[in-house]
Amino acid sequence: MSKVLELSDKGHSVSVEALTVAYPHDDRLLIALQGVALEVQRGELVCVVGASGSGKSTLLNVLAGLERPTRGRAHVHGHVALMFQEAALLPWLTAAGNVELALELRGVKRSERKQIAYELLHRVHLEGFEGRRPHELSGGMRQRVALARALAQDADVLLMDEPFAALDAITRDLLHEELVRLWQQTGLTILFVTHNAREAVRLGDRVLVFTSRPGRVAHEVRVDLPRPRSLDSPELAVIAGRITDRLKHEMGRSSDG
Amino acid sequence: MAEMAVELDRVEVDDLEQRPRVSRRLRVWSSLWPKLVAIALALGLWQVVVSVGWQPDYVLPGPGAVFKRLAQDLGTANFDLGVAVTLRRALFGYAIAVAIGSLIGILVARVLVLRKAIGAAILGLQSMPSIAWFPLAILLFGLNETAIFFVVILGAAPAIAGGLLSGVDHVQPLLIRVGRVMGARGLGLYRHVILPAALPSFVSGLKQGWAFAWRSLMAGEIIGIVGHQFSIGQQIQFARDFADSEQLLAIMVVIFVIGIAVDSVFGVLDTAIRRRWGLLGSEA
Repeated sequence: MSKVLELSDKGHSVSVEALTVAYPHDDRLLIALQGVALEVQRGELVCVVGASGSGKSTLLNVLAGLERPTRGRAHVHGHVALMFQEAALLPWLTAAGNVELALELRGVKRSERKQIAYELLHRVHLEGFEGRRPHELSGGMRQRVALARALAQDADVLLMDEPFAALDAITRDLLHEELVRLWQQTGLTILFVTHNAREAVRLGDRVLVFTSRPGRVAHEVRVDLPRPRSLDSPELAVIAGRITDRLKHEMGRSSDG
Repeated sequence: MAEMAVELDRVEVDDLEQRPRVSRRLRVWSSLWPKLVAIALALGLWQVVVSVGWQPDYVLPGPGAVFKRLAQDLGTANFDLGVAVTLRRALFGYAIAVAIGSLIGILVARVLVLRKAIGAAILGLQSMPSIAWFPLAILLFGLNETAIFFVVILGAAPAIAGGLLSGVDHVQPLLIRVGRVMGARGLGLYRHVILPAALPSFVSGLKQGWAFAWRSLMAGEIIGIVGHQFSIGQQIQFARDFADSEQLLAIMVVIFVIGIAVDSVFGVLDTAIRRRWGLLGSEA
């Protein structure tokens, strides 16, 4: 069975079929996701947009193996790394130490860890900050370390849960650029969750619009804008505007019901 | 462009660093003077009570007489031996309490059944004055050092286990998720994420455990005179028997100073860890 599936999944890095996740809540079921189906090709950057409560984070948790599907199937080819809105660095380790731990847990030899960690931190432009602890870094730098740590996990798929939502606009824009650059260099598959339609259009090859309560893919937008993209380009604004309208429509619907 | 971002960040972080730093000497002084004032106040109050003549000098001598006596005592063989005996007991009992407390803490944190069964019991034990165990300890072990160790351990171990347990309980769930995503499971997750995250709370438990151990030891030594070992507690009891107030107060000063000294070691350790963990907020 797995053979057949693997053949049919070829080229798919992430595949989700009829995924439903429900939690017991005050003796009734809270349905976070219902019948979600999506596929992400290898090397693709796909964004998921949805209002809060649309189960976006639940989707990533299931894909990362942190939660179980109630029904349906969620499958990821290869290793997964996960980034959150908070950098979630271990505060007692330095920037390099955080990256090295990811390497250690991956089984990289002690003698090689330090050098690889330094190289990864250089790739996210943090040379000179290897010895700093997280609380000595700015929010943007912490997310850079988190990005380096995600790369250190040598994952095939990077799941990102609103990783730049807490940053100021300029820092966020720069990190978008950095992320796209790293994505193009590494050929990573990225599933990027956000509530910001512009961010989604800026980054994604495709944008999946999620409904709220229960979360489901309501709409898919293919973004054919050439890269590098600018947040200020009118074409981008038009697409983002359409997605935002769609989101408002969905939110209105769910609050009516 | 990306370089610019880092430059921006760099400026931001350098700003943090260039905030005028208080010089080291000033920092030491600012943490020292309240203590000096407190000591001066206590000594002053003591002297006032003595000067008022509430009790005759041979019952309540003034600080001058007591410190003179202390200076004489400090060189004598008996006195130093007493301090050595008591410190040895304190260290040995405390070390065992740390071992037992940590082991229990980790087991209770890790094993759900144990946690339900004895998690609350540990808290309960903490509220039990450990000296209340002493009569039982004497029946169980006889009037000897083992009984004293028993009381010391029962005093300190629950606090130590409790500190570790609350540390493990309050690890940010996000850090655990990160650890799991990075592939840490079971003991690896404990080693790399949970235990380091719990360390500040564990150190608080160690500090509290020391305070309990020291109190229990003093109570045990004063109540239970063991063998021919001339411990501090035994000496203070003898001083009372001979109505030698100067000696009694001199020993009390020693007990106080030892307690404070060890406590401040824990204080330094605690601050160092909190600073390293970024829990101190902005450094000032």
